[in-house]
Amino acid sequence: MTFYNKFVEVKDLPFHDMFQAVTPLDVERVLGKERLTEQDYFVLLSPAAENYLEQMAQKAHKLTVQHFGKTMQLYLPLYLSDHCVNICKYCSFSLDNDFPRRRLTMEEIDRESKVIADMGIKHIILLSGESKLHSSIDYLKESLKVLKKYFSSIAIEIQPLDQDEYGELFKHGIDGLTVYQEVYNEVIYRDIHVKGPKKDFRYRLDTPERGAKAGMRSLNIGALLGMDDWRKESYITGLHASYLQNKFLETEVGVSFPRMRPHAGSFQPKVNVTDKNLVQALLAIRLFLPRSGINISTRETPEFREALLPLGVTKMSAASSTVVGGYSEPDVTQSQFEISDDRSVEEIKNLLKSKGYQPVLKDWELV
Amino acid sequence: MKDELIIGGKVLQNRLFVGTGKYADHKEMKEAIQASSSEVVTVALRRVNVEANEEDILSDIPENITLMPNTSGARNAEEAIRIARLSKACGMGNWIKIEVISDHKYLLPDNDETTKATEVLSKEGFVVLPYMSPDLMAAKRMKDAGAAAIMPLGAPIGSNKGIRMKEMIQIMVDEMDLPIIVDAGIGKPSEAAEAMEMGADAVLVNTAIATAADPIQMAKAFDYAVKAGRIGYLSGLGPVSTKANASSPLTGFLG
Repeated sequence: MTFYNKFVEVKDLPFHDMFQAVTPLDVERVLGKERLTEQDYFVLLSPAAENYLEQMAQKAHKLTVQHFGKTMQLYLPLYLSDHCVNICKYCSFSLDNDFPRRRLTMEEIDRESKVIADMGIKHIILLSGESKLHSSIDYLKESLKVLKKYFSSIAIEIQPLDQDEYGELFKHGIDGLTVYQEVYNEVIYRDIHVKGPKKDFRYRLDTPERGAKAGMRSLNIGALLGMDDWRKESYITGLHASYLQNKFLETEVGVSFPRMRPHAGSFQPKVNVTDKNLVQALLAIRLFLPRSGINISTRETPEFREALLPLGVTKMSAASSTVVGGYSEPDVTQSQFEISDDRSVEEIKNLLKSKGYQPVLKDWELV
Repeated sequence: MKDELIIGGKVLQNRLFVGTGKYADHKEMKEAIQASSSEVVTVALRRVNVEANEEDILSDIPENITLMPNTSGARNAEEAIRIARLSKACGMGNWIKIEVISDHKYLLPDNDETTKATEVLSKEGFVVLPYMSPDLMAAKRMKDAGAAAIMPLGAPIGSNKGIRMKEMIQIMVDEMDLPIIVDAGIGKPSEAAEAMEMGADAVLVNTAIATAADPIQMAKAFDYAVKAGRIGYLSGLGPVSTKANASSPLTGFLG
């Protein structure tokens, strides 16, 4: 059994009607509870719960400080390659998008690492387009020899792999795995992932489980909000996280809330997810999973990220470059997506300190 | 007679141990540690920057304090052992608090793996303080494995729920001839006092101090509470009577 079995049970529920049926009394009852069930989590995502955001926020803040303290973990993404074999409607790395592709050499990885390490960052996440040829296991293993000199925790966000491949990478120093399902609606999923191995919904859905079985210390999942009804997407994301946490007790399960904003390109989000909606989604998951890491993306503006800080967020990136080679060669321009918050690590650290948070640059040691 | 606590050959006057996590900044942490009068401070090796730099946590721990590095983040004995060795290699002394957590939902310790790590590390000369779920048999096994003290949790870590495991801890206090240090779950100074009144040898407090509105004052409050609880224990608490003593006793005729 995998999460897919659970997914099949819930995917065709009449979500709209069920969310509308939630009453204020239901919300108040949930807010009085200490441990929340899946049904309680559903209640917190309803329109009725929108009138209780302040109470939810107070509770979320209290729980987060209790479990994580007044700290915020900082990390940076490092893009290794933008070669990709998929055609996806919303992504600028899409195969049908014409631009000179590039993969970092070992010397270039060393240069990028140096720049990142000089900012004081010890935790990174390696990213690439999805290409087994370019971001191959051998290439990653080779890269790790360089990266381990600079960093104490290294995660990946690349094409989904088989369990033994994850095992191989874990052995060589990868300890975390991020894989976003993008959308938990199979029909929309097939529509936006036009061509390539990413079209396989189920293989992607079961990816975090393969990673956990291979020994990964942390998993990070998420839906690209804006692709379908955000309440339903958030609900299934929460079920997925909870399923993973229960099945792999020793693994740290985190959730991200990447949000697709209306933008100049040809693909537009199907649903407009407002700031208020995103806040509700974040608060609901914090109350449902009090110990989960919550990550907030640089896709969001500095003002909004600041406002979200006390609501349950535990991890953030700073000075992110979403360009291959972007740290040591700031002139390169083909980014995976536009970032809204381009403040430096120093600026983010100062911001956190001014808000009473200790920036944590190191929270694990590769041993 | 002096009331001293001896662990691993070290003589301690203060029975409050404190942590270093969850503080808003290192300055606040340092002041809280000083205010607590603690002599033992635990620090997660995973938070220590092995190549020292000025922002590192170790530079903000007051001098003359015994460092008790912990293996937080370890999921099994093997990882705990590797972390302990690294900590020793970094010059953090030979004390180690074993923390093996294979449950990310409640952060409950794994007693079996903890015992395994205790055995290996005590043979290597570490002063081993295992953090555990209160259980007399597990505590005995940890003692046989070479533990220098036993650290049962009062309630799940970070829960601030107090001494929920009271009966189990009391049994350990009564039956074990190793120091018992109640670690985790203590949310208020009164609960620290309660643990000490029960006869615990020391308590370890982190969340309740670090996340208080005023951590420095709270550290002080815990110092007083631990001292009060200890004196209460040493002076012999009066027996608790469940009913009033009858004024016309039925057996008075026996003389």
